[in-house]
Amino acid sequence: MAERNQRMAYGQTLLELCRENPDIVVLDADLGGSTMGKMIELEMPERHIEMGIAEANMASVAGGLARVGKIPFTNSFAVFAAGRAYDQIRQSISIGKLNVKICGSSAGCSDFGDGATHQSIDDIAYMRVIPNMTVIVPADANETVAATKYMAANKGVMYLRLNRNEYDNVTLENAVFSTDPTVLREGSDITVFACGIMVGKALKAAENLKGSISVRVVNVSTIKPLNREKICELARDTKGVVTAEEHSIIGGLGGAVAEALRRECKPVEFVGVNDEFGSSAHNYEDILKLLGLTVEHIEEAIRSLMQ
Amino acid sequence: MEAYSRELINSLEEKGKLLRRDCIKCIGVGVAGHVGGSCSAADLVAALYFYKMKYDPKNPEWEGRDYFLLSKGHVGILQYSALAEAGFFPTEDLLHCKEPGFYLQGHPHLGTPGVEVGTGSLGQGLSLGLGIALGLQMDHKPNRVYVLVGDGEQNEGQIWEAAMAAGAKKPDNLCAIIDNNGLQAQGPIRDRLDSAPIADKWKAFGWNVIEIDGHNMEEILKALDAAEATKGKPTAIVAHTIKGKGISFAEGVTGFHNAPLSKEQYEQALSELS
Ligand SMILES: Cc1ncc(C[n+]2csc(CCOP(=O)(O)OP(=O)(O)O)c2C)c(N)n1
Repeated sequence: MAERNQRMAYGQTLLELCRENPDIVVLDADLGGSTMGKMIELEMPERHIEMGIAEANMASVAGGLARVGKIPFTNSFAVFAAGRAYDQIRQSISIGKLNVKICGSSAGCSDFGDGATHQSIDDIAYMRVIPNMTVIVPADANETVAATKYMAANKGVMYLRLNRNEYDNVTLENAVFSTDPTVLREGSDITVFACGIMVGKALKAAENLKGSISVRVVNVSTIKPLNREKICELARDTKGVVTAEEHSIIGGLGGAVAEALRRECKPVEFVGVNDEFGSSAHNYEDILKLLGLTVEHIEEAIRSLMQ
Repeated sequence: MEAYSRELINSLEEKGKLLRRDCIKCIGVGVAGHVGGSCSAADLVAALYFYKMKYDPKNPEWEGRDYFLLSKGHVGILQYSALAEAGFFPTEDLLHCKEPGFYLQGHPHLGTPGVEVGTGSLGQGLSLGLGIALGLQMDHKPNRVYVLVGDGEQNEGQIWEAAMAAGAKKPDNLCAIIDNNGLQAQGPIRDRLDSAPIADKWKAFGWNVIEIDGHNMEEILKALDAAEATKGKPTAIVAHTIKGKGISFAEGVTGFHNAPLSKEQYEQALSELS
């Protein structure tokens, strides 16, 4: 059976890639047991570097490794891998287009217990805004496998955003990664562009509305570079657009899609975190509900565009 | 040696145990919680809240208070337990920790009575404490500032930026307490990213350094009093501790950094701490 957890899928794939490609190096910041960098540490300790709880240093060290031909993957929770090391990612890595791969684990509010400090509701925005940066948010574990392989095979600074928790796959096992927005369900009234865990929720919303509203669901796992032509084409023949992401409605997928549609005059509705920080919760569903990230919220947004 | 009465020492040792019990209750059964780092620092926090610090639980923003900052914010439950036992809020509320929107969150944040700053992203609390200490000095205030730092947390460069800045600015109202339990999230610090020698590093940065057994209450009190008496530089108390102290199955075990307890472990922990 296919893996249902993005972190596991990432760790397994990265380990396979390490076996094939001697240039790949994996760096962790005292969270390898969670990011799954531990899988590489256990089997190939010489290819894994424990950097300690020092994410900024880890990012610049990765830049140095890339400079001598290595392909470093840096792992931590998204708030730390990307947020804590923002300036190092910008200055040391991105300006020089170094071949560094940054993995933001436990992203969004998927680390429900730890609360606001550990919930990255802004990382898509601040990674996306850095020139030369590729931003990938896989829809599920299957797509994480494909995305990880893509990152290893292609040069450039890339940010991979992963969920901590298990959930059902919505994309096919063993598919080749595509950086283009991909239609997972056809529809003619409304187009939903979604990323990450919200793709599955968008598909459920479309199914629930079947018969009354015909909804096209598009997986936008590559938020940058965004294929603008494709986004416009998939929006043009429907009445309106909904974006759905486990991220602030400011600057993330919604922002990127709205930028792409700037000459289209389409109503766009955002489903995402409403410019607020997260909170601790005893389970994932509770926090998703509190932040407005459920199937019902997507249905509501779709309906509002039909009026 | 006789500076502190046996009675005082005993009562503070009991407080340490009480805080550990509160933490275990707060964590409960089957939900991940930071058992290890709470228990290693419990005696230090007990000494601060029930011997050393000035505060008014009915008026958390009282001008005359001393400041406690939990730079290793992942053990928020330890500070919450101390605040509850000190009367800032009902101890029953500890059981609702981590409920959505509740004032006791997974990591300390402004909005909980008695919490001075938000922490949770490691490495930032000492800088915040330095800012508070410098601000108080500017206003010629006598309040003291205590910052609890994890030994793994010292991996963060910002800790050393703060250490260097404090070494240069010399706020003697600032006291860093390093919970030197030897373990970080993934294992022994010595194996993961060796940061020894710790005391020498703080000395080299210009701090007054006191090394103690962080579970010996008399040594803790002496160190806290000596820190207050030290003028012209900040003090770092390097407290040698045991992660998971007081719970036999968790003592020195990396797995209990952040782990759920089974029903049996929960019961055993509470009985060993009684
Ligand atoms: C900047 C940052 N990186 C990573 C983490 C995740 N994390 C939480 S606790 C911890 C280990 C802390 O070790 P230490 O400071 O020794 O604490 P203790 O052993 O006393 O619990 C890590 C890596 C974090 N909270 N903040």
